[in-house]
Amino acid sequence: MNVLIILIPASLILACLGLAGFLWTLRHKQYDDLDGDAWRILMEDDHINDDTEPKT
Amino acid sequence: MADTVILSLPGIHCAGCIGAVERTLTGTKGVTTARVNLSRKRVTIDVNGITSDPLIAALAQAGYEAHALDAAMLTSVDTDAKGRMLLVRLGVAGFAMMNVMLFSVAVWSGAALATQQMFHWISALIAVPALLFSAQVFFQNAWVALRVGRLNMDVPISLAIILAAGLSVYETSIGGDAVYFDAALSLTFFLLIGRYLDHRTRIAARSAAQELSALASPDALLVTGDTTRTIPVSDLAIGDLIRVKAGMRVPVDGQITQGTSDTDRSFLTGESLPVQVHAGSDIAAGEVNLTGPFTLRVTRVGEDTTLARMARLVEHAEGARNKYTALADRAAQIYAPAVHVLALVTFIGWLVLSADAALALNIAISVLIITCPCALGLAVPAVMTAATGRLFRRGLLVKNGTALERLAEIDVVVFDKTGTLTEGHARIDTDALDPTQLSVLAALAQASHHPVSRAIAAALPATLQAADLTEISEHAGLGVMGLWRGIPVRLGRSDWVGAVTSPALQIGDAAAIPLTFSETLRAGAADAVARLQSRGTPVHIFSGDTQTAVSALAAALGVTQARAQMMPDEKLSAIKALSDAGKKVLMIGDGLNDTAALAQAYASISPASALDASRAASDIVLLGRSLADIPDAIDTARSARARVLENFTIAAGYNVIAVPVAILGYASPLAAAIAMSASSITVLLNALRVR
Repeated sequence: MNVLIILIPASLILACLGLAGFLWTLRHKQYDDLDGDAWRILMEDDHINDDTEPKT
Repeated sequence: MADTVILSLPGIHCAGCIGAVERTLTGTKGVTTARVNLSRKRVTIDVNGITSDPLIAALAQAGYEAHALDAAMLTSVDTDAKGRMLLVRLGVAGFAMMNVMLFSVAVWSGAALATQQMFHWISALIAVPALLFSAQVFFQNAWVALRVGRLNMDVPISLAIILAAGLSVYETSIGGDAVYFDAALSLTFFLLIGRYLDHRTRIAARSAAQELSALASPDALLVTGDTTRTIPVSDLAIGDLIRVKAGMRVPVDGQITQGTSDTDRSFLTGESLPVQVHAGSDIAAGEVNLTGPFTLRVTRVGEDTTLARMARLVEHAEGARNKYTALADRAAQIYAPAVHVLALVTFIGWLVLSADAALALNIAISVLIITCPCALGLAVPAVMTAATGRLFRRGLLVKNGTALERLAEIDVVVFDKTGTLTEGHARIDTDALDPTQLSVLAALAQASHHPVSRAIAAALPATLQAADLTEISEHAGLGVMGLWRGIPVRLGRSDWVGAVTSPALQIGDAAAIPLTFSETLRAGAADAVARLQSRGTPVHIFSGDTQTAVSALAAALGVTQARAQMMPDEKLSAIKALSDAGKKVLMIGDGLNDTAALAQAYASISPASALDASRAASDIVLLGRSLADIPDAIDTARSARARVLENFTIAAGYNVIAVPVAILGYASPLAAAIAMSASSITVLLNALRVR
């Protein structure tokens, strides 16, 4: 049962990382245009490394 | 100077559009960045020292229609702090639910004594702060309702969450078994999903309404002496002179003091042909100046204008609609008291039977937790989100939260004519003319900028060879004339060319040939009317246009109930009469003369080409050109209603099984968790069956 001492904090830390990740994506407006992002992945982005490409 | 411009792009729909729009804009001088939002059909542009005009022009050249939106007006919706906060709460609840469930599963599968005790304490440490944060939404709503002495769905929800958490903390501290942290958290999690879906539907409606008002131009050109300057319409006073350029919408009621032109009053009256106006003519706010500039003396401002009077009619009519109670609220009105009475009866029953207050309280709380309307909270929003999403992909924007529920119940459909069943532009009949006459007509029509001439030119086949004319001259208000092989030819008003009806064509001294107009049916109009009638829904036409025009159209569509020359308030009272006769009317219209009727009707639809006020007054906006989707929209609404009722049945079914178990005192935390999750997931899956 001693393994619990490692497993419990490990599972909690992993879950916290997940939550932090979710809050980060939320703050960076990743859910504002779900339709558009679904299409963007198919675009041939010639100007992807361009300075004009806006940051998300 | 860095600035942000937001443009509305109604036509974009795919990856190609995103790429083309962003490339076009970033290639324009003065643009720093451009980012398209396809969900909102908008582009946000960071610019340096330029306005929206060159950007709209650049997009028009690339083939995309764009309208400027008032950035300041839209920011409140874009940031949407409430929706984001709901998502944060949802994330926290989900995180806590999964972790607590991990410990609960261990306890259910046999962890005992010190391990069970420790797991319960860890669960408490995660669950209590998570609940305090995530479930606040329900606590606040419940408090608001209780303070005014009312019950809503949030009261039993809050009570169940608070009691479940409180009981669990107590049980943990005495080393008991009845620990419901996982149930309280999954309850919060599923209900927050429902709450977020509901919020998204509302915000979409609000942002559409804001977009409409952001499109309106609130300025007028005031004439003082020889100069003109732009001032807000609200600053105009009676007696002011304002200049109305061709193509502008008249902002206030007034009388023309100078200038001759033609105005399009189809939005106000439903007349399909432009009306000629000159010095002395009275003009109402909302008419569109088509041909030449004129100066207007303001006769009515603000609350007195025709526009504002119509807005008041709309407001009045909308009051009636707001009396509609959403299905979810009606369910809550029955459900909330029933749940509380049931828990109370259980408590009293066990107290009498066992004389053990702690046990009775324990069982009463488990009844509250089990009966908590988890599935009920999801039943309506999940279905409505699925249905509005389906309709949006077909080009119908649902603006009102209860629109689909009302649309499902309609049993009469009323169409406006001009601009709704028809394209709103009259077309000329060319069958009566021989090729020579046609070629002369084409030449005359092409030479003139008058809207009627342009309609004629557009209606003639493109292959037609126009005759060679010389000495073409346009006579304002009369028509256009020229010389063809030495013979004078004229196209214009009846009294000018010597015919009975306008417009007419005259070649030399021959008798004038009157040209007759017909209207182009909007795509899908015949199909929509036929399908509605074939399934037994009566179709009416209410129009402000002339009797002849309406009868011709009604005959072509096979509609027997058609009324012509109706004033806006007649349309309103006709709708009211139908409602009083027990009918639930779906009104489909586009004009300002329809707005009051749209607001009065049980449900309403307007095409995207409609006036802002009409779109604002209607429940659903048709983004595409075709009307063929209207019967399908009614089908979807009926299917959505059926799914909602099924979901209520499913939720009730779970309670029928679980409640007796809970009342008898056999409810375990495991049973509560299973019942809760299973009913919520069934309800969500059922929502996806909307067709």
